[in-house]
Amino acid sequence: MASVAANPRYEGKHHLAHHFDTRRQQFDSHKLAMWLFLVTEVLMFGGLFCAYTIYRASHPEIFLFAHTLLDKNLGAVNTIVLLFSSFTMAWAVRAAMLGERRRLSALLAITLLCGFGFLGIKAVEYNHKWQHGFLWGQHFAYAELQDYLAGHGTDAATGPAPDPAADAHAAAVMAELDLAAAVTVAHGHDPALIPRNVHIFFGIYFVMTGLHGIHVLAGMIVIGWLLRRSLRGDFGTRNYTAVDLGGLYWHLVDLIWIFLFPLLYLIH
Amino acid sequence: MNTGAATIADRSNGAAGRPHGENYLNCASGWRSWLFTLDHKRIGVMYLAAILFSFFLGGIFALLVRTELISPGHTIMDADSYNRAFTLHGAIMTFLFIIPGIPAALGNFVLPLLLGAKDVALPRLNLASFHIYAIGAVMAVAAILLGGVDTGWTFYTPYSTTTSGQVVMVTLAVFVLGFSSIFTGINFIVTIHKMRPAGMGWFRMPLMLWALYATAIIQVLATPVLAITVLLLVAERVLGIGVFDPALGGDPVLFQHFFWFYSHPAVYIMILPAMGVISELISTHSRKTIFGYRAIAYSSIAIAVFSFLVWGHHMFVSGQSPLATVIFSALTFSVSIPSAVKVFNWLATMYKGAIKLETPMVYALSFIFLFGIGGLTGLFLATLATDVHLHDSYFVVAHFHYTMMGGVVIAFLAGIFHWWPKMFGRLFSQKWGNIGAVLVFAGFNLTFFSQFVMGSKGMPRRYYSYPPEFEIYHQLSTYGSYLLAVGLFVAAGVLLHSLLAGRRAPANPWGSATLEWQAASPPSHHNFDGPVILTDPYDYSGLVWDAEEQGFVRTAHEEVVR
Repeated sequence: MASVAANPRYEGKHHLAHHFDTRRQQFDSHKLAMWLFLVTEVLMFGGLFCAYTIYRASHPEIFLFAHTLLDKNLGAVNTIVLLFSSFTMAWAVRAAMLGERRRLSALLAITLLCGFGFLGIKAVEYNHKWQHGFLWGQHFAYAELQDYLAGHGTDAATGPAPDPAADAHAAAVMAELDLAAAVTVAHGHDPALIPRNVHIFFGIYFVMTGLHGIHVLAGMIVIGWLLRRSLRGDFGTRNYTAVDLGGLYWHLVDLIWIFLFPLLYLIH
Repeated sequence: MNTGAATIADRSNGAAGRPHGENYLNCASGWRSWLFTLDHKRIGVMYLAAILFSFFLGGIFALLVRTELISPGHTIMDADSYNRAFTLHGAIMTFLFIIPGIPAALGNFVLPLLLGAKDVALPRLNLASFHIYAIGAVMAVAAILLGGVDTGWTFYTPYSTTTSGQVVMVTLAVFVLGFSSIFTGINFIVTIHKMRPAGMGWFRMPLMLWALYATAIIQVLATPVLAITVLLLVAERVLGIGVFDPALGGDPVLFQHFFWFYSHPAVYIMILPAMGVISELISTHSRKTIFGYRAIAYSSIAIAVFSFLVWGHHMFVSGQSPLATVIFSALTFSVSIPSAVKVFNWLATMYKGAIKLETPMVYALSFIFLFGIGGLTGLFLATLATDVHLHDSYFVVAHFHYTMMGGVVIAFLAGIFHWWPKMFGRLFSQKWGNIGAVLVFAGFNLTFFSQFVMGSKGMPRRYYSYPPEFEIYHQLSTYGSYLLAVGLFVAAGVLLHSLLAGRRAPANPWGSATLEWQAASPPSHHNFDGPVILTDPYDYSGLVWDAEEQGFVRTAHEEVVR
């Protein structure tokens, strides 16, 4: 790595603010503040998870039916992309601590690319929902849903393949709820019998994944800023607070998706 | 000599050589030196100015509402304007004035000083908090100019999603203001955790710090839930997601749950710092050690915890399950325990103290009286059977104003008068200060006690008109509000006069033992000029009046030995 001391920019960037006694106190303060900020993020999403729980408890049939309209495979790929990006981010923090400048920049760049990958896949998914009118609340296109389900039985390529095991499980749950008639709908045999208020699922889906997407975007802006500073040579063994804190934020964004994926895509 | 005092002494180096008369107010000039300052004192002063302006604005709407209600039917405005006026009164007072009031204005100024520190832990975040507050305030004012809102400050669905007006703009302003509140909260928690001087353990902290700490915890934990609530409301209005819309299978009561999960803790964001102010003032102006220090400290934390468990008492008549209402009722009663612990400890502190009726103390006494009434009437509302009758009546309005206006605003005024000499280096007229305080007290009781009476007789809140038998109470209430306004103008006049013609304040005019009074009045840019001597915050034995200084000085200080 390049000499730390030779870089005037680096020398100027790790000063101790006048109101702190020690560097340690400064670092600990910044880190505690970041953790508190993450607490607020958890609570904000907590409101949505709460709404999810309430509607899932009161309308399980909607969730059982509607989640089959999501693409599990794309969701799984996105999960892997985000998990991998968390790994590269954690490694980037380590590289910053060790003063490995080039590795730090490379890892931040990979993390940023993963962010783009995630949003790209998400855009493909959103586009699919948009085209079929699987939208929130008043914009949900029930007529299109019937067409979609009718076509679904003949052309497996337009949607997820029917899963007999999941189907039987759904049938059992719905029978318990006296919604046995609705179960056939899931795979398009009788488009007239769709559970009421499917749009509730999509309202929650779009708000949760949308807000998460905004957080991914915010995390990418942070990582882009870190990358720029890293390329400039701002970070080193004595000054890696920003990388550390940015990493914490990125892990939280990842963590929220780890909860969203099974709750929205893997219901049964 | 313990290590604590030595450590603090090291912090305050460098400033001893400052030019005579230089302080944080005049050390730099120009609007940029204020608007982009990182100095917690200047940020506190800017917050104070902005918050007092909001108080003025909210007060104008209050007087308009009261004037309209002086007679049944049309008096000065039509029903729609009236709906907008009381909504704006509530929204401005809640989100722009009373939530940030004590923590952001007084707290910003005194918190680092109480710690003997040079600044809060995160000065840039502190400035960002103020800038975000200003943006939120501008959005709120813009919404008023663009037509206002008529939903009431609670924005209940489905009315808020169907009415016309600037609901989106106002709720987004609330969202933005929430960020400001969260940033202040994060900053205070970090500062209290990480910036305490060696030697100041948790139970050596002044009680104001305990109160601000408990407040900050609620700000950090509750405000994000409001953020998601208003975002969902905006999504409901703009996109029609249907989460709160019964026509689309949604649940409007869910909005109430979300809203009160924040907004009930929010009333403790308001009252807890007020209680902190009162704890400092009662002890200082009685010149007696605070009674039950640990009980007061723990009760702040207890209130913060309980505050999250009682939101359901706003929905006793909203179709909540009977089991839930019983549990929420019991939990609501339990909040009265830590609140009463504080009140009894303040009374015990005054017992056999050398009470001096200085203006801050007059406000503090009036706080105890009014908060006592506000707290006790809360029990009527926590009781299920009586609440069914009193719900949505003026009784609730009166209860709320006794705790929030009689409690928080009075404590805010008490705190302003108490720290005014420290903030601006000027003494004010005690006589006129006390006259203002008495007018405020009398006007307040006339305004709101009559509302207790009419509420218990069945006058519903928010109504534009009413049967003639309620007219006398409305008239008393309106005249009371005018008297209250006169009292507040007297108080404002006293403070403005002190800025222009007040005597120079000594470092310690009240004989308080907390650390901020060791700084000059007003403090220098770096707060403390010499070494800070860590003492027990409520030990007044070493402080004596010095006729030459016209203030209190410390003779034989006993340093804290751990």
